[in-house]
Amino acid sequence: MTTPYQDRPLTAPISDPATEPYWNAAREGVLRLRRCQACKRPHWYPRPVCPFCAGDTEWKNASGLGTIYSVSVTRRAGPIPYALAYVTLDEGVTMLTNIVDADLDTLYIGQRVKVCFKPAEGDYSIPMFAPV
Amino acid sequence: MTIRRKACIVGAFEHPIRKAPDKTVAQLHAECARGALADAGLSLEDVDAYFCAGDAPGMGPTSMVDYLGLRVRHVDSTDTGGSAYLVHVAHAAQAIAAGKCNVALITLAGRPRSEASSGVAPRVVSATTPDAPWEMPYGPVTVNMYALAAARHMHEYGTTPAQLAWIKVAASTHAQHNPNAMLRDVLTVDDVLASPMIADPLHKLDCCVVSDGGGALVVVRPEIARSLTRTVVNVLGAGETVKGQLAGAVDLTWSGAAISGPIAFEEAKVRPSDIQYASIYDSFTITALMQIEDLGFCPKGQGGRFVEDGNLISGVGRLPFNTDGGGLCNNHPANRGGVTKVIEAVRQLRGEAHPQVQVRDCGLALAQGLGGLLGSRHGSATLILERA
Repeated sequence: MTTPYQDRPLTAPISDPATEPYWNAAREGVLRLRRCQACKRPHWYPRPVCPFCAGDTEWKNASGLGTIYSVSVTRRAGPIPYALAYVTLDEGVTMLTNIVDADLDTLYIGQRVKVCFKPAEGDYSIPMFAPV
Repeated sequence: MTIRRKACIVGAFEHPIRKAPDKTVAQLHAECARGALADAGLSLEDVDAYFCAGDAPGMGPTSMVDYLGLRVRHVDSTDTGGSAYLVHVAHAAQAIAAGKCNVALITLAGRPRSEASSGVAPRVVSATTPDAPWEMPYGPVTVNMYALAAARHMHEYGTTPAQLAWIKVAASTHAQHNPNAMLRDVLTVDDVLASPMIADPLHKLDCCVVSDGGGALVVVRPEIARSLTRTVVNVLGAGETVKGQLAGAVDLTWSGAAISGPIAFEEAKVRPSDIQYASIYDSFTITALMQIEDLGFCPKGQGGRFVEDGNLISGVGRLPFNTDGGGLCNNHPANRGGVTKVIEAVRQLRGEAHPQVQVRDCGLALAQGLGGLLGSRHGSATLILERA
């Protein structure tokens, strides 16, 4: 069985003061995360106040490399199958995402992936991951 | 302060309806309230505390207390999804123990079946929900956010789809005796595995039903319980928590039951091996499996082997579970199964379950709820109940 990846129409993401710099970076092809200025630990999803120590946080560029922590090909929630996944970035945090540009039936936990960006309405780019 | 034996469940009512296009959600709440009060032998004017969660229409208790015609001195609208109603029982017991109220009414109702809501529909999330911008673009629905946990469990522990299917088989074996259950056919492992794949590795029959309806509970002070005619069910212990993504250290191998369970067992002063009947929240087969492990009914990772071969079937296995058919086959009103978990535990302790599934001389039961999404953030609540 093969389930080729198909592009899924993406609506514009929620953009607010907490997310706008992230989407701006994504438009430039850069995945960012936030790291605490006090305890230096990165976290996910990005927040202005550190969930470990309540310190102020700042944007950092991520390598864009990671490993699939879990993946589920969603076959019956709309017309197009898609792969929902958690990817653990090499920086140590795990983010919800989609795995794209692959036969979805071949994806596996532990697989190495790299960030890519898929266009959404409103000139946004959404970070997703493809097998390396 | 402990709540051990400080409060009692004296009224429990499950609405028999499963499709209610001609009733409002508020009306279903009122019908459930009426049913639970009648079951207890109490009336509206006896109620002095009211509990509801996000399924209640309007501004929570502010709308519903007025609609139901109550006069209260204590309210609580804690919302931890489908587990909220178990939290409400615990909070009612705390309020009673603290002298804040005497007779607490808890209601749940909803119409997801009539409103065509389901586990593959996009979840309704406000734009101000802090996690929404980072997750909604990726198409999280309900079922795939449980499937991620199932896939990881299989990877870590070798759990198989057939083992998960045994959970549905056990629920269906019980549901055949429940005339109100939505699915009454006894299913096999092969039936589950042959049903359409919704989100790998969860099949259609790994999912719960979508049903309209509701339920209600009445929790009272022990002195009041003793003045009534119903078999008294004591609240012996309770635990609650919320588990999330741990700031990016996502770990899908355990649920909030690993926290709420031990708290409840410690307060109740009993062990998992003492439990004679367990209502385990079963939005999906994986939900039940994860909680069975986390509550200590078997070692972590061995849930698949534990549920095989009918081990959850009353009269057959070691842990009779969800003898009403559970959310998997009977009823999951408002897409929130918490209240029905407590109701079936009360039936078992009263000896009022269907004779084909009644646990003999059932004196100690557990009810476990998990609401929200197993794969991201969820509330968990554990109740331990005894026949007085």
